[in-house]
Amino acid sequence: MHAINRRDVLALGAAGLCAGLVKLGPAAWAATGAANKRLVVVFLRGAVDGLNIVVPHGEEAYYLARPTIAIPRPGSEMGAIDLDGHFGLHPALSALKPFWDERSLAFVQASGSPDITRSHFDAQDYMESGTPGRKTTADGWMNRLLTQLPGPHAPTSALSFGPTLPRIMAGPASIANVPLGRAATAQLPLDRPLINAAFDKLYASNDSLSRAYQEGIASHKKVMTDLQTEMMEADNGAPSAIGFAQDTEHLARLITQNPAVELAFFALGGWDTHVNQGAAEGQLAQRLKPLGEGLAGLAKGLGPSYRDTVILVVSEFGRTVHENGNRGTDHGHGNVMWVMGGPVSGGKVYGAWPGLAGEDLYEGRDLPITTDFRSVVKSILAAHLNLNTDQAEAVLPGAPAATGDITALIGT
Amino acid sequence: MTTSAALARNISDRLGFGPRPGDLAAITHMGAERWIEQQLHPQSIPLSRDLTARLADMPALSLTPFEALRTYGPAAARGPDGKVDPERQKELRVQARFIPAQAVEARLVRAVESPRQLEEALVDFWFNHFNVFVGKGLDGLWITSYDEDAIRPHVLGRFRDLLGATAHHPAMLFYLDNWQNSAAGRPGARGAFKGLNENYARELMELHTLGVDGGYSQDDIIALARILTGWGFGGRGGDGPGGMETAPRPPRERLKLARQIRQTGGFIFSEERHDFSDKTFLGHTIKGRGEAEGDDALDILALHPATARHISFKLAQYFLADTPEPAVVDGMSRTFQKSGGDITAVLKALFASKAFLDPAGYGTKFKTPLRYAVSAVRATGQPLKNFRPLVGVLTQLGQAPYACQTPDGYKCTEDAWLNADAMTRRITFAIALCAGRLPLQSDPPDKPLPIRQSQRVADQAAQQMENAPVRGPAVDAAQLAETLGQHFSDNTRAAIDAAQPELRASLMLGGPEFMRC
Repeated sequence: MHAINRRDVLALGAAGLCAGLVKLGPAAWAATGAANKRLVVVFLRGAVDGLNIVVPHGEEAYYLARPTIAIPRPGSEMGAIDLDGHFGLHPALSALKPFWDERSLAFVQASGSPDITRSHFDAQDYMESGTPGRKTTADGWMNRLLTQLPGPHAPTSALSFGPTLPRIMAGPASIANVPLGRAATAQLPLDRPLINAAFDKLYASNDSLSRAYQEGIASHKKVMTDLQTEMMEADNGAPSAIGFAQDTEHLARLITQNPAVELAFFALGGWDTHVNQGAAEGQLAQRLKPLGEGLAGLAKGLGPSYRDTVILVVSEFGRTVHENGNRGTDHGHGNVMWVMGGPVSGGKVYGAWPGLAGEDLYEGRDLPITTDFRSVVKSILAAHLNLNTDQAEAVLPGAPAATGDITALIGT
Repeated sequence: MTTSAALARNISDRLGFGPRPGDLAAITHMGAERWIEQQLHPQSIPLSRDLTARLADMPALSLTPFEALRTYGPAAARGPDGKVDPERQKELRVQARFIPAQAVEARLVRAVESPRQLEEALVDFWFNHFNVFVGKGLDGLWITSYDEDAIRPHVLGRFRDLLGATAHHPAMLFYLDNWQNSAAGRPGARGAFKGLNENYARELMELHTLGVDGGYSQDDIIALARILTGWGFGGRGGDGPGGMETAPRPPRERLKLARQIRQTGGFIFSEERHDFSDKTFLGHTIKGRGEAEGDDALDILALHPATARHISFKLAQYFLADTPEPAVVDGMSRTFQKSGGDITAVLKALFASKAFLDPAGYGTKFKTPLRYAVSAVRATGQPLKNFRPLVGVLTQLGQAPYACQTPDGYKCTEDAWLNADAMTRRITFAIALCAGRLPLQSDPPDKPLPIRQSQRVADQAAQQMENAPVRGPAVDAAQLAETLGQHFSDNTRAAIDAAQPELRASLMLGGPEFMRC
């Protein structure tokens, strides 16, 4: 599988060398994007407090455990937005409520990695390698996923937003980096034909540097073309978005311009709220708001493509049920996963809810995990991306299959 | 043993940030062994008068955490009514921007210009090993002190000293939250200091010493956290955030604390928040008796066989190969244990190892962005008058100084840094540098940027590299080739020869041989 991808990419790279790459327009890539199904993963690094995102407002234990940081009950001032009578949404995520109402947004409560680590680094590593407890896995599950999706792949089949390649995307299949913010559309000296030709000679072979170079040039051209074409049409004098919203706007454009895009990944930091977490307002709320708005903007920007897109939001583990002495929360265990998109059977909080009473808690302090995050991913792989059992096993070796209501998470 | 040109290039690249003009000839003349020995004793190498004067002109480098907090922290913004004035606080924040700015400037200027190259590489290594993030609150005030006082003096000394210095530094205590770590039920444990915080204790074992597979349990983490209760910092007589008091104290108590702060520059141990019960830590019984318990724990950790192995592996990975041969790491670990954690001895074992001297290994390690950008500027022979363009490219490449948010620090492996985007960005930088487009010789802007402006810095760098006017002379390709020891593959050589003269230097610095070390 790897060999085929590599050859495709190299073939495109070589074609690019001859054509100077400048002539390749959107049409040149359209043919490679037969799949038209997409998965976008957003990783909240630092362990976000899922109990304040999908709030169990129907439980007294929640309010007893969190005297200063609980989200008030729906109907109170700055209260949670009721979802199903038992759970409510953090008010800073109001931008996402319409998607819940139209049933394209779901949550999986009490989910996470079966590994018991409370270390950010290990837990992120496991969630990105897709092999909890096994440190020796060299590649990330999204990279393995790309190799399992039907080819041929373009250099822009998988997009990683941000300056460095994250663990989840590491591996043999080629990934395009999209710089964050305005830098995504900056012109490079390498766009000049003479300079381009000279460097092409240095990196014309098949070693790791040459491959990275060739892929970089090809994806840069493609991204530039798509963003610029669309931007001139779409901007119409409006001020451009900033932060995460700008990046999701870029992603929406790249997808609508280029059907080859199948996978995309974002990471957002700043969720490790040990101190002064806040409740309906405050530190966590300030971070949730742009996240919710960015996701809503992505869904809107995708237009009809939203029908074929699943957006998955994950974090390495949850936080303690009880607030700590600093009005924050410490490293915990179970968390909530967010699943959004046209194919999702939304409007429902999935997973077996264990409750927050003392005897129900993991090690007496944390939300237990009743759904392995990998089984949620697996149900997306099967029902949305049409992978068969063997292919899903190659992406997430040894992972349990979806059980219970998770099997119905993606509508068919 | 005579020193080949290839060996000279290898040690210049690996022990430091690559050759400046004339460096390879000097190493060959001196002999590799002697050059390495000299690098292991940096005080024996004089700094230039320019560099010394420039560093002396940076007041932030000698600012203690206590002074920085007292002058620029929230307590300094208190009005006569005792309340913090938000306007005044904003002003102070802007004023304090010179601290991180000078930290970055000092780090980059030394990397480019200091002849003590191994020392600079080790500051990079150890800072990342004991990483703190400049963007986390008060750490912006303390970043220079952390680098100058906790890291730099110990990079070639005893590991135990380095460990102790970081463990006592307010920048680390704040970054990993130990300043709030308190024993419930003690008189000082209230307000923001209510309970146990395991964060630092965990990373102290997982990242700083034993390593994640070093054989400790959750119980050991809790024991270590209890041992470290009360380790914090103070300012203006209190031990709260920004020098705010946790509780009124009797005058004698205040005097005692004030004396302690003046002595340590910031660290204080709060008996009122410490857990005085006995603990069992990694199989040892630690008698509850105060601050000394923490020193016992650090002793145990610093000399633990798992620590010897973890540190040796990381050093070998930094200086030798992403996946160093186990035999080399074994040898270094033995030296670590025999020498009681003498870093110089461990490095000597590495630099004298067969694997390190094997020419088959030369030029096989993909440079980190920092190594790449600094080595490129060094190769051109320019002094670094204006460090801003270098910060720009490092931000673009994802390795801005002091900006790694996570406690594991920046990685040094190809996995972490080689990707499609990195190649085009490095080449873009090489082209701009060689064309004289980077304003490295301009006066540096006198207004330091706020810490969290990385997006703007990266944007500016992108614009500069493409659109800025030519500011300085283009880099001379023939001289550059000489500086680099004519170390090019046949393919690179052919591409250079075939290119227009004004592109040749950028093909050298943007070519595959220069991407590796």
